[in-house]
Amino acid sequence: MSLAIDVRGLRFRYGSDPWVLDIPELTLERGARAFLFGPSGSGKTTLLGVLAGVLKPDEGEVRVLDRDLASLSGAQRDAFRAEHIGYVFQMFNLIPYLSVLDNIALPVRMNAARRARLDGAGIKETAALLADHLHIGDLLKKRVTELSVGQQQRVAACRALIGAPEIVVADEPTSSLDFDRREAFLELLFAECESAGATLVFVSHDRTLEGMFSRTISLPDVNKAAL
Amino acid sequence: MLVLDLALKSLRNRAFSTSLTVGSIALSVALLIGVENVRVGMRESFSNTISQTDLIVGAKGGTIQLLLYSVFGMGSPTNNLSWDTYREWAEHPAVEWTIPYGLGDSHRGFRVIGTNEDFYRYYRYRGGQEIALARGRAGSEVFDVTLGADVAAELGYGLGDQVAVTHGIGEVGFLNHDEMPFTVVGIIEKTFTPVDRAVYVTLEGIEAIHFGWEDGAPPMPGEEHTLEEVLAMEEIEITQVTSFFVGATNRRDVLRLQRDVNDYQGEPMMAVIPGLALNEMWQGIGYAETGLRVVTIFVVLVGLLGMLVSLYTSLNERRREMAILRAVGAGPKRIVALLVLESVCLSAAGAIAGLALVYVLLSAGQPIVEAQAGLFIPIRPPGSIELLFLGAVVAAGFLMGFVPALKAYRTALHDGLAVRV
Repeated sequence: MSLAIDVRGLRFRYGSDPWVLDIPELTLERGARAFLFGPSGSGKTTLLGVLAGVLKPDEGEVRVLDRDLASLSGAQRDAFRAEHIGYVFQMFNLIPYLSVLDNIALPVRMNAARRARLDGAGIKETAALLADHLHIGDLLKKRVTELSVGQQQRVAACRALIGAPEIVVADEPTSSLDFDRREAFLELLFAECESAGATLVFVSHDRTLEGMFSRTISLPDVNKAAL
Repeated sequence: MLVLDLALKSLRNRAFSTSLTVGSIALSVALLIGVENVRVGMRESFSNTISQTDLIVGAKGGTIQLLLYSVFGMGSPTNNLSWDTYREWAEHPAVEWTIPYGLGDSHRGFRVIGTNEDFYRYYRYRGGQEIALARGRAGSEVFDVTLGADVAAELGYGLGDQVAVTHGIGEVGFLNHDEMPFTVVGIIEKTFTPVDRAVYVTLEGIEAIHFGWEDGAPPMPGEEHTLEEVLAMEEIEITQVTSFFVGATNRRDVLRLQRDVNDYQGEPMMAVIPGLALNEMWQGIGYAETGLRVVTIFVVLVGLLGMLVSLYTSLNERRREMAILRAVGAGPKRIVALLVLESVCLSAAGAIAGLALVYVLLSAGQPIVEAQAGLFIPIRPPGSIELLFLGAVVAAGFLMGFVPALKAYRTALHDGLAVRV
C-alpha cells in the first residue's frame, strides 16, 4: 500500500529562529488512523502546517499522496490542500458570519476539484447528509454562535470531511470537550473517515485517547529539534 | 463569487461598524458632491444673471464696477451719460436694441432702476428667459413702479401700494423724495437674478423726483416741484442715463462696436462684453471655490481613512477567520481579495449613499436655499463630475483596501494554521 505521508529530512523554522522541525523520517500508510502526540511546543501545529502545505519546508522532502509539497508553489500547495485535505482546529473552527451550512460547504465552494468529488451530488444535500451522520442535521440553518462547543466541533468535522478528502488532519479537536463527548466525537470521526477511506492524522497532548488509534507517533521521538 | 459572498456576509456580521463606516463615507461624499452642486449652481446663476446682451455701456471707469452696478445692483456708478449720447448710440446702425438704466436711488435698501419699456422687451436672463410679470403691468407712466419679486415679498407690497423713493443708496436715505409717491402697478415674476431685488420706475420718474436737484442737493425751500406741477407737465425731458445695455444687429460687430464706444470723443465712456467681464469677475472670486473643493476632498479622504482604521483594527480579531480560510484552501491572494473587496464594498456603498443623500438634501433644501440665499441649485441626474467623484472614491477605497489586505497577507503567510495572539 502506498504511503499517505512520506517525510524525509524535513527541516523548518520561522524566519531565522532556531529549527522547530527536524524530522529525518516520518511515514504514514494510507487509511491509517494515526495518533500524533507531543507536549506543547513540540512543533505539532507547525508540522500540521507543513503537511497541509500552508508552511513551506526549508529543507527536505514532504511527500503527501505522492506529491512533494516542497517542490510546489504556494498557490499549488493551496490548491492541493483545498482538494485533498480536511482540517479541524482545536477550537473556534467556524467562521462566525456564515451559517452552519455555509461553514460546512466552504471547502467545496472554495475549490472546483473538491467540488468535483461530490460526484454530481448537490453541495447542500451532501452537507446535510454529513450533518445527519454527525447528528447535527437539525442545526444547518443556525448561526454558528448559537452552537455549543461540541456541536461546533462536529460542524468542523463535517467541513473537513465534505468532498471526501484523502487526508483528514485534526489538531486537538477534542481538547475543549469533556471525556464522554471526546469518545463520541472520535467514534463519529472514525466512522466517517473509514467510509470515505480517508487517512486520519489526529494530534493531541492527551494520551488517554491513544488506545483508540491504529498507530501512534510520538513527535518528540521523530522531531530532533524538539526540546 | 465566493469571496464577494464572504465579504458581504462578513460586513453584514459587523453591521454596526459597517454602517458607521458607510455613514461617514456617505457624509463626506455628500459634502463633496453637495459643494460641487452649490458651486455649479452659483456659477450658473452668476453667469446667467444676464444673457443675450452684447455690450454694457457706461461712463469710463472700471470694467467690473460697471458690471456690478448695472447688473448686480452693487456699488455706485461714478458718472452718468447724457441722454443725447445715449440716443446717438441707440440709433447706431450696428445696434439693434438698447435698454437704458438710470441708477442712483433706492427704496428701503432696494435699488431703484429707471428704465423704459425696452427693459421688458429685451432684457434676457438664464439662457434667454424674458422678464414676465406675475401681476399687474409694466410701468409706463411717470409715477408707475414695478417691483422685483423679492422686493414685493419682503416689503409686503401689492398692486396699488404707494412707494416713496430715497435719494442715494442705503437702507435709510435721509433725503426722501416723499413728496413724489409712486404707485405699484406690476410685480415681476421671480428670476433668481438681481432683477428680483430691484425696483423699476420710468426714466421720466427718475427725472421727476430730481427736479430742482440738478446740482446734487435738494431744491431750496419754495423751489420744490409739487406732484400736481409734475403731473401737469406735458412732457418730462430726460437728461441722462447711467448705463445702457446693447444688443447688436450682428454679433460679429460687437468687438468693433465696443472699440468705437471706447474711442468715442463726445464724452468719456466705455463698453464691456458681459460674458467676458463676468468670467473675469468669477476668476477673481473663483479661487475660493478651489479652496472649498480641496477641503471637501480632504474630508472624503478622512472618511476613507476611517474605513481603513476600522478594517485594520478588525484584522486582529479576524486572524482566526483567516486561518480557517487558509485551512480550507484559500490562498493568500484570496485573503487579499477578500479584504480589498470589503473595502471596495464599503466605499461603493458609502459613495452611493452619499449621492442619494445629496438628492434627498437637495430636494428638501432647494426651496429653502432659494428663498434664503436667492441661489437656485438645479436638481439634475448625476453627471460626469458626480460619476467621476464616485469612481474616484471607489478607486481610493480599492487602493486603501490593500493596506489591511497586505497586513493580513503577511499574517496569513506567517501564522499558517496557528493563531498566535
